[in-house]
Amino acid sequence: MTTVAASMVKTPTKAITGIDGFDQITGGGLPSGRTTLLVGGPGSGKTIFALQFLVAGARTCAEPGIFVAFEETPHRIASNAQGFEWGLAALVPEQIFFLDAQPLAETMQSGSFDLIGMLSALDAQVEHMGARRVVFDALDIVLELLPDAASKRREINRLHAWLLSRKLTGLITLKASGPETSPMSQQPYGFMQFMVDCAIILSHGVVMGVSQRNVRVQKYRGSAFDENESPFVIGKSGFDVAITRTLGRVDTMVSSERVTTGVERLDTMLGGGYYRGASVLITGFPGTAKTTLGGAFAEAACERGERTLFVSFDSDGAEVMRNLASVSIQLERFTESGLLKMVSARTITGSAETYLVRIKALATDHQARCVVIDPVSTLSSSGNEITARGVAERLIDWSKAYGITLVCTSLLDEMRSHSDGGAPLQISTLADTWIHLNYLVQAGERNRGMSIIKSRGTAHSNQVRELILSDSGVTLADVYTAGGEVLMGTLRWEKESAERVAKEGAVVAGELLRVRLDAEEAELQVRLKSVETELVAKQAEKKLLARSAEGRERGLSLERIQMQELRGGDAAGSANE
Amino acid sequence: MSDMPLYQFRLFTAGSTPNSMQALANLSSFCRAHLAGRHEIDIVDVFDHPKRALSEGIFLTPTLVKLSPLPVQRFVGTLNQPEQLLAALGIEPARNEN
Repeated sequence: MTTVAASMVKTPTKAITGIDGFDQITGGGLPSGRTTLLVGGPGSGKTIFALQFLVAGARTCAEPGIFVAFEETPHRIASNAQGFEWGLAALVPEQIFFLDAQPLAETMQSGSFDLIGMLSALDAQVEHMGARRVVFDALDIVLELLPDAASKRREINRLHAWLLSRKLTGLITLKASGPETSPMSQQPYGFMQFMVDCAIILSHGVVMGVSQRNVRVQKYRGSAFDENESPFVIGKSGFDVAITRTLGRVDTMVSSERVTTGVERLDTMLGGGYYRGASVLITGFPGTAKTTLGGAFAEAACERGERTLFVSFDSDGAEVMRNLASVSIQLERFTESGLLKMVSARTITGSAETYLVRIKALATDHQARCVVIDPVSTLSSSGNEITARGVAERLIDWSKAYGITLVCTSLLDEMRSHSDGGAPLQISTLADTWIHLNYLVQAGERNRGMSIIKSRGTAHSNQVRELILSDSGVTLADVYTAGGEVLMGTLRWEKESAERVAKEGAVVAGELLRVRLDAEEAELQVRLKSVETELVAKQAEKKLLARSAEGRERGLSLERIQMQELRGGDAAGSANE
Repeated sequence: MSDMPLYQFRLFTAGSTPNSMQALANLSSFCRAHLAGRHEIDIVDVFDHPKRALSEGIFLTPTLVKLSPLPVQRFVGTLNQPEQLLAALGIEPARNEN
């Protein structure tokens, strides 16, 4: 509960109200030992606020409390409170005492009177149970009975003085008439706002047909507080005040763990997937497969065994699952095992605030680690856009605070198609990763293009990819750029097949060349062989020639010797020279 | 006089605060004027008996409770309008009796 409260130092002089958000606005609750005025119109939640304040006192601060009921019977108040998860019945009457102070209808009034009787009765009860908190619910009822403004003031002062002297933390609720709360003009109660230490205004209005509850702290002596109106919802646990981003809040744990997107190539494009605890925005026109990407993420999360919540504003949970099954995203097995919770939010009606509170409650119930909201832009269609933006901000804050990986899809208005994806909630500035899907119409075809507009803290591809949905799943394909134009769909296919043909041709041509070279090589080798043989023949011939020349020489010399011998005239030696 | 009922009153006061003192004075003079000899006034100070105020649901002071004759009736305030009190209690004004 106190994960976000840090900017305002909690001091023991504050009495916590147990209202998540309100204690953060006021830095810890109502002024302890002082009086707080709670002003609101009919049905603005004054009694619930007051009861929750007492329950918190009894349950968490060991401060018993007294509820003085001027307008309703304690029985009715208690039975109305059964609807909240407070366990009020267990606290009555030891921890919370109801004092029925409704003026009896049959009581006749004659002349002026005072509240001393009540205060002495309260004194007895305070002492009896050690009460530290007192609520006066609908004090205006009894003030109405007082004959003049002077006596009204006197009794208010008496009450205030009594609370102060007993050091009780008092909460006085008053009705404010009319839809517009302007208590300054409401005499004689206006002066109460100056008297008390803290004044809170509850308002309940209708903005463009949607109920909108707001709480505002008008004054708080001696304490810093958030001065703006904060929307709130009344849920199962009572008040839930939506707090806006507070400066200086503790930074939530940042994880560098990556989780898969469910589409392999998208993981690669993002350098490994989304960061755990990141908020991802997927924008696109209707039919650009936003839900499919969300579904792929949910499936991958469930496959890791992480509890996942899928909130669909567009269609029924079963319908979403059937549609996703057609692209081989099988979610049914996970809803059966309980890992995945599909919620059709069409059934939730109300303001953006209501949606947020319901989504938070559902996610907390389900202990979800991954949440898919499809599409988050629905928030801005109910209630005004300004509130919805605050809601989107808080949604992201909340998911970050709890380390929940949040994937939101956002529908883009066709009319705004020209501005490249200015998401109406402007959560695009808050989201960590923003993936944009659009159509490229080209050569009579519509093809889905996907690009990563931003992804904080991760290197990411700058390429536009074609998103292909098929029976076997979701894949991304490279796109071709030809002459500065991006090619997708059939054009891409044509380009691809042309390239394939060209490649095949190149292979064949290469083969042909190799064969030809082989042939040439073989021919050359054959020629080499014949030349070698010729050489050998020539050498042999040459040898033969040499030998025959020698033989002839020898023959001649023999003949000369024989001739000399025959002549016998000369010495034998001279013939050999 | 015997058929005239006895009026039993209980007046819750808050010490000697102006409203309470005024109510006591007004009640006394009212009884003297219209219920002479047939009334009883029991004064309970809530400062002395806060638990009684709590159990009987006395939150506005002064409060006058008419215990008898039945039904029990409650009046809040200083009782500064005797005519109103007469009408509510169903008492004939005293001077008509005389």
